Amino acid sequence: MADAPLLEFRQVSRFYGRGEAMIRALHRVDLSIRAVEFVSIMGPSGSGKSTSMNIIGGLDVPSSGEYLVQGIPTTNFTRTQLTLLRRHMLGFVFQGFNLLARTSAVENVELPLVYREMPPRERRKRALQALEQVGLKGREGHTTQELSGGQQQRVAIARAIVTDPAVLLADEPTGNLDTKTSREIMDLISRLNRDRGITVIMVTHEEDIAAYGKRLLRFVDGRLTSDEMRVREAEHVH
Amino acid sequence: MFIETAKLASRAISRNLLRSFLTVLGVVIGVAAVIAMVTIGNGTTAQVQAELSRLGTNTLFVRPGQLGPGRASTEAKRFEDRDVEAIRNQISGLRAVAPMNRGSATIIAGGENRSSSVIGTTNDYLIAQDWDLASGRTFLPGEERGQPACIVGETVRRELFGATDPVGQIIRVSNIACPVVGLLQAKGQSGMGDDQDDTVIMPLKLHQRRIGGTTTISSIILPAQDGVSTAKVQSDVEGLLRERRRIGIGRDDDFDVADMAQMAAAITGTTTLLTGLLGAVAAVSLLVGGIGIMNIMLVSVTERTREIGIRLAIGALEKQVLTQFLVEAVMLSIFGGVAGILAGLTLAYGAVGLLNVPFVASPSVILVAFLFSAAIGVIFGYFPARRAAQMNPIDALRHE
Repeated sequence: MADAPLLEFRQVSRFYGRGEAMIRALHRVDLSIRAVEFVSIMGPSGSGKSTSMNIIGGLDVPSSGEYLVQGIPTTNFTRTQLTLLRRHMLGFVFQGFNLLARTSAVENVELPLVYREMPPRERRKRALQALEQVGLKGREGHTTQELSGGQQQRVAIARAIVTDPAVLLADEPTGNLDTKTSREIMDLISRLNRDRGITVIMVTHEEDIAAYGKRLLRFVDGRLTSDEMRVREAEHVH
Repeated sequence: MFIETAKLASRAISRNLLRSFLTVLGVVIGVAAVIAMVTIGNGTTAQVQAELSRLGTNTLFVRPGQLGPGRASTEAKRFEDRDVEAIRNQISGLRAVAPMNRGSATIIAGGENRSSSVIGTTNDYLIAQDWDLASGRTFLPGEERGQPACIVGETVRRELFGATDPVGQIIRVSNIACPVVGLLQAKGQSGMGDDQDDTVIMPLKLHQRRIGGTTTISSIILPAQDGVSTAKVQSDVEGLLRERRRIGIGRDDDFDVADMAQMAAAITGTTTLLTGLLGAVAAVSLLVGGIGIMNIMLVSVTERTREIGIRLAIGALEKQVLTQFLVEAVMLSIFGGVAGILAGLTLAYGAVGLLNVPFVASPSVILVAFLFSAAIGVIFGYFPARRAAQMNPIDALRHE
């Protein structure tokens, strides 16, 4: 399965509720994402973009169809297997940062390693390295409340990459940030994609943020309506 | 990993210190009650047993009526001189036969006066109680027939005579002028906590006539000889007294013959019943304490829904989240348990001081209380912890 896509949707649908009140969040979506891609997902609210992210992230499962990771179907995965998938392959960055309150930056970054039962010394070393990579050297001991929004998102990114994930899932990563800070965060994410070869999948509703991606998916009413490679466009511009 | 979890838990607990304290108060009170009751009970038992081993178990006490838990001392006929004579003549294997009446009276000597216990008995009493004289002599035959003579205890001597030797002095006991012929050796406190040295002993006849105004006897002490079966003597005495008191076959005794072990059982039986009742109250209090812990853990889980969502999303397994909250609950309840043990021991220490019994802390009971409080944490913490572990991460992350 060497040439299998990293992540693949086969006819994935997701319904909530039943009968008259049933909501169709995703409808027969086919999608495949290869390693080291930078994919932006856009669409109005209720279009299915967040549901797709949740399924990719192993936080939700399809009602029908198949979700494959490295060619392996996840259909019969238990809750524990989904957790292990997240733990070993995926890193999450959220709109609201989702750091633990009253906890220092380095402890937040260490958290995924704690659950991997890594020895404290190595854990600390790797967390400090990750913080350095996101440009927060010297702020390790600051608690969440003592950091600005941009800094908090950097801590969240450090937490996501500290486990060396194959995929970084970013759900509106700049949604709570001003324009300048948004640009800084997006530069950081682009760099991680380019330099460390981390596949990035990002949901956003801002065109200029989506433009950082090399591929753009658009969802409308639970269907994937467009899928374009922007690298070529960029080449045309040159 | 365990240290990690413990650190997390202690941080969560100390973040809401007052709330944590109030949460465990139920457990504290429950454990403290158990520890205090058991410790006091142990002290009482130890005291009675010490008394027992000092007197030996082969001494019988004969009293009218029936005593013991649940049985009132009825207005049974007291004993007479002839009963004592009959025991002395017909029962073999006895070291002494000591009839006694007891009352209290004001003792006056010189300018001092004091209310003390006054025992009317014979020289056999001193044999039965293994009580030696510090100075002076026992009663002469004439005195045993009723001439005034008194033997005083150490407390009476100290309070009434100070430095002077009481032997040869005259004391007034309820208006009887009574020459002091002997001084008892100091004996200390009895199993019931009263001062045995605060005693004046006088001949039974004198006591009957001048203090009791009676010719009867309220109890008889019968020490068996070494190597003689106390049970055999006991049944002999019972048989004799039934006959003398004309108790028909099938009717209950209207008197009681008991050895020290049975007396001790009667006393500790009451204590055990009381301890059992209080133990039940304590158990209820522990149950309530456990529910308190469960309640606050549920609140805590709800409050920290978002945190739980984050942990699940970044790769915490269900069992890791479960363990975290379980450890927190157990830590809370163990804090409660330890605080309760300390409070209980302190309480017991104060109480035994007041009750004049020894302080006997039982390590096994302390260990059981500790384990019990830990178990409460596990039992009542499990449900909230499972609730945390089984949260849907998407919903938990969306939670405000």
